[in-house]
Amino acid sequence: MESLSLLWGGLEAAFTPTNLLYAALGVFLGTFVGVLPGIGPAMAVALLLPVTNGMEPTQAFIMFAGIYYGGMYGGSTTSILLNTPGESASVMTAIEGNKMAKNGRAAQALATAAIGSFVAGTIGTLCVVFFAPAMAKVAVKVGAPSYFAMMLLAVVLVTSVLGSSKLRGYIGLFTGLTIGLVGLDLSTGQPRLDFGNPLLAGRIDVVVVAVGIFALGEALWVAAHLRSRPLTIVPVGQPFMGRDDWSRSWKPWLRGTAIGFPFGAIPAGGAETPTFLSYLLERRLTKNKHEFGHGAIEGVAGPEAANNASAAGTFVPLLALGLPVTATATIMLAAMQGFGIQPGPQLMEDEPDLVWTLLASLLIGNTLLLVLNLPLAPLWARLLRTPRPYLYSGILFFASLGAYTVNQQPFDLFLLLLFGLLGFAIRRFGIPVLPLILGVILGPLMEVKLREALALSDGSLSGLFNEPLAILIYIVIALVLIVPPVLERVHGRGDTPAREREEQMSDS
Amino acid sequence: MTVVVGYLPNQYGKAALAEAISEARLRGRRLVVVNATKGDALVDTHYASEQGIAELEAELSSLEEGHEVRQTLGPDIAEQILDVVREVDASLLVIGLRHRSAVGKILMGSTAQRLLLDCPCPVLGVKAT
Repeated sequence: MESLSLLWGGLEAAFTPTNLLYAALGVFLGTFVGVLPGIGPAMAVALLLPVTNGMEPTQAFIMFAGIYYGGMYGGSTTSILLNTPGESASVMTAIEGNKMAKNGRAAQALATAAIGSFVAGTIGTLCVVFFAPAMAKVAVKVGAPSYFAMMLLAVVLVTSVLGSSKLRGYIGLFTGLTIGLVGLDLSTGQPRLDFGNPLLAGRIDVVVVAVGIFALGEALWVAAHLRSRPLTIVPVGQPFMGRDDWSRSWKPWLRGTAIGFPFGAIPAGGAETPTFLSYLLERRLTKNKHEFGHGAIEGVAGPEAANNASAAGTFVPLLALGLPVTATATIMLAAMQGFGIQPGPQLMEDEPDLVWTLLASLLIGNTLLLVLNLPLAPLWARLLRTPRPYLYSGILFFASLGAYTVNQQPFDLFLLLLFGLLGFAIRRFGIPVLPLILGVILGPLMEVKLREALALSDGSLSGLFNEPLAILIYIVIALVLIVPPVLERVHGRGDTPAREREEQMSDS
Repeated sequence: MTVVVGYLPNQYGKAALAEAISEARLRGRRLVVVNATKGDALVDTHYASEQGIAELEAELSSLEEGHEVRQTLGPDIAEQILDVVREVDASLLVIGLRHRSAVGKILMGSTAQRLLLDCPCPVLGVKAT
């Protein structure tokens, strides 16, 4: 119950006009970027990093949190109206949502997505309030070896479990780790990978990397694919739900929340898996099975709740352990470092005001999201008519301005271009961006912990294994790496004859 | 020789289409309908949907000399229509006209003006009622 009184304190702190303004701004921006495919909350937060340098950390995080939640919500609009998911977490929403819209039930689909997001976000945030402090209390006692193991686990999970190709995941991860190495060694002050350039020796600013990869890379990618056949949009009015829609939606909302939150909270986050699971579950449990595939409201309500609950869940590892598991959370971690806040288990003790105001503002932002978005749905749909050249010239302007203002150094613009080209290349070759950005930001933190652990054991490798928790995590990592390929091989062998039979049958 | 019409799924396009159909009948010519888009936005309300094209085809099926509906994609709307005009060696281009403010023309240019000035064949401008 201590958590609740702290949350109440946070709510009081968050309810100032300035903070509410930032929350509203964040929610608005988040929905804006969420609606537009290709532009996500990660890019928005990266572009805003330089702007927030002059702000109070609390206000900056209130805005970022609004962007994060808003982005999750905004993706559903595009999924439902256009059948083009704005975010990967909205892919499942598109399946039933777009069918509903085509059947003339766009208003109900948007409403169940919005209200479901609100329900899931609120419950999810309350769960964070209860879980994060407990987790942090345990985590404070964790030593450097275990902490290093935990970060390694997060990195390995994100790289090998998510995404279709492990090879591509690791290419992204190691590219990111390499970028994270450039500059002065954090422990000894030795320059690394600086090519004799003093500007590089001062370490590359995270803003430049993030803006280059997210904003410039995406702009170049869009420029290379500028023209495409316009999509047919389903006209939409004011979202609303009938009594029947409510009775069919509330259970999927709760189940989606229950599935989404744990997936966000474990350091293997990502919102894709829970939305997928929620969709499968709803299809199994529904009484209207014949409607699935033709626009069942359960298939929108469940996954939309799941993705917002998992967005809330990612705040548990971020606040309690300093471990980000999504691209947006990674940039938010970088923002914390920018403010001189040390993320990690001590965060809740060191910066209680920041943490509790942030959590309270998540609740407020969530409510604002509902209030803003239900009436504004037609406006968001109009946004999709913006010609890409206008949109991306604006993004490029803010990207260059942002990269320049961090150090007022023209060299950073050159670096920005370089990372923009890298961002273009990873899109071209299908390399996931999350392991890369995680490598850039978590890499140096991991190195510090690794060096700390090794220094304690005088450089002996055994220093990494002298805590039971660390050993346990290494076993989990080994299982994560070994089990899926083995299972695949076993299953693959079992499948082959059946598949051959099928092929023969389809041939004849 | 053919009649070409620049078509948009709105009142201006519909007015131009109606005039083009009667003109094609009168002249005994084939009718080519061009629906152009820049394709640089996710959604373009000037681009006919699949359903709109189907309705269009049904409307045109009564034409004796035949018809064709083309949806084109390119950086410049006027240029896309002119390309079709040249390709089918059109004897008449029909377009819809609407009121534009001076500022609007400076900012966005005018596709109709480009077509009127650059089209190699006579242009018939139709106003929506």
